[in-house]
Amino acid sequence: MSVIDVERACVEFDGDHVLENIDLRIEAGEFVALLGPNGSGKSTLVRAILGLQPLEHGRVRLFDEPLGRFSDWSRIALVPQRLPGTNSIPVSVWETVISGRITPRARFRRVGKEAKATAQLALTEVGLWPRRHDRLDTLSGGQQRRVLIARALATSADLLVLDEPTAGIDAENLTHLVNLLGELHKQGVTVLVVTHELTDIEHLVTRAIVLGEDRTGTIRYDGPPPVPASFADAVHHHDDHPHDQNTAPTGLTPR
Amino acid sequence: MNLFAYDFMQRALIAAVLVGLIAPLIGVFLVQRRLSLLGDGMGHVALTGVGLAFLLGTAPVPTAMITAVIGAFLIEFIRYRSRTAGDVALALLFYGGIAGGVLFASLAPGKAASSLNAYLFGSLTTVAGADLVALVALCVAVLIVLAVFGRELFAVSLDPEIAQVQGIKVRAMSTLMAVLAAVVVVVGMRVVGLLLVSAIMIVPVAAAQQITRSFISTATLAVALGVFASVAGLTTSFYVEVPPGPTIVLVALGTFAFLALLAVPIRKRRRVLT
Repeated sequence: MSVIDVERACVEFDGDHVLENIDLRIEAGEFVALLGPNGSGKSTLVRAILGLQPLEHGRVRLFDEPLGRFSDWSRIALVPQRLPGTNSIPVSVWETVISGRITPRARFRRVGKEAKATAQLALTEVGLWPRRHDRLDTLSGGQQRRVLIARALATSADLLVLDEPTAGIDAENLTHLVNLLGELHKQGVTVLVVTHELTDIEHLVTRAIVLGEDRTGTIRYDGPPPVPASFADAVHHHDDHPHDQNTAPTGLTPR
Repeated sequence: MNLFAYDFMQRALIAAVLVGLIAPLIGVFLVQRRLSLLGDGMGHVALTGVGLAFLLGTAPVPTAMITAVIGAFLIEFIRYRSRTAGDVALALLFYGGIAGGVLFASLAPGKAASSLNAYLFGSLTTVAGADLVALVALCVAVLIVLAVFGRELFAVSLDPEIAQVQGIKVRAMSTLMAVLAAVVVVVGMRVVGLLLVSAIMIVPVAAAQQITRSFISTATLAVALGVFASVAGLTTSFYVEVPPGPTIVLVALGTFAFLALLAVPIRKRRRVLT
């Protein structure tokens, strides 16, 4: 079953082609890394897939249903790139995580024990359960991102879409987060990660997709990692620990 | 002089408690979405409804209600269609609202223009028995809508895009929000007045968030402060013989100043603890 099916998708901003004839099919159980330099249309493609960005041409299907008719949104969870920043109203860490469970289908039901237990587990997984009563905007950027990841985990979705999930997260939590993603993938969750940084997750990735720079908005590479050297400009590696593709993946380095 | 001895005061007090209760409940969503001035605009539009009621000889509450709800749909439509010029378009609507209100009231026979003042700044004596029934019904309706849609409204106010990916109808919820604000404006029109009614939506929320850490505690404290400001302001207005709108808003601003001062040492201590 295909989870995401994009056909000839085009997106234009003021006449510029941000995405040009993108064809992309992601099957259940894949772990896909979407790579490319800034401005190559990675986030736009993800937004188009989720219906947040209207298409000029082409079509998107989610779980074998046309986007316009797709209604089972509880199967999808998104970790956005943008952090919440300073809220106008205080919002606690717990309220943010549990908000992932809000859907029109649960409109007439109270938040159940099972939902709360899932949210508690998710918040524990990212190591922020002790901070649950704190205002979200008093946490550091990396911690806020972990809260957003916990919100996505709390939904128990089949498809997890993460836009730059490792940005601003310190080394110790990064290892844990990467292991967590691996665990979810093993349980059958389909993962789509938009990232600059393939190193940390390369051992988990089953398929790498590189969006181009020379011809903006087209797919330059689509296949298993590692990404061929000719596209290496699109993949940023850690400067502080040069990565050799023959050594053990850094994400699993034991502490 | 016992203020409960007068029927009109009893009715005004009940109306004040109702406004103090529901206005901050809606305001907390407006502040979160950075739409603090939406209530203000709604008040201006409702004024046209009051002017129309004078002119046509209809009852002010339902006429203002219909006008404000039409205004709510218009505001959401404009906000959606014109992202860049949104605030200018809203400003046009607001000015049109207040100009229309004064114009219609002036055209109306009798002393309608002078009684417009009671609608602008509130009045102790204008809450009629029939009004009270309508106000209670509107408040109950608002509470039921919040009980059903409150969580979705919360999700939209946190992040509209995430809410959409959760399957929530963001545009419908935004329109619902505007309609709820319109209802609050009409409920508060009699006692607080149309020019100041949005203050009772916003100021208690701004005061509460000085010391709270979560959305739900902000909403709870804001309701307590809203009811306190309404009742205290109304009582003051009875003894000092001024319109109740300004006194209610000044009491609310007083709670804001008090909590803002109180928050300074609390924040310092929290910083030491974390």
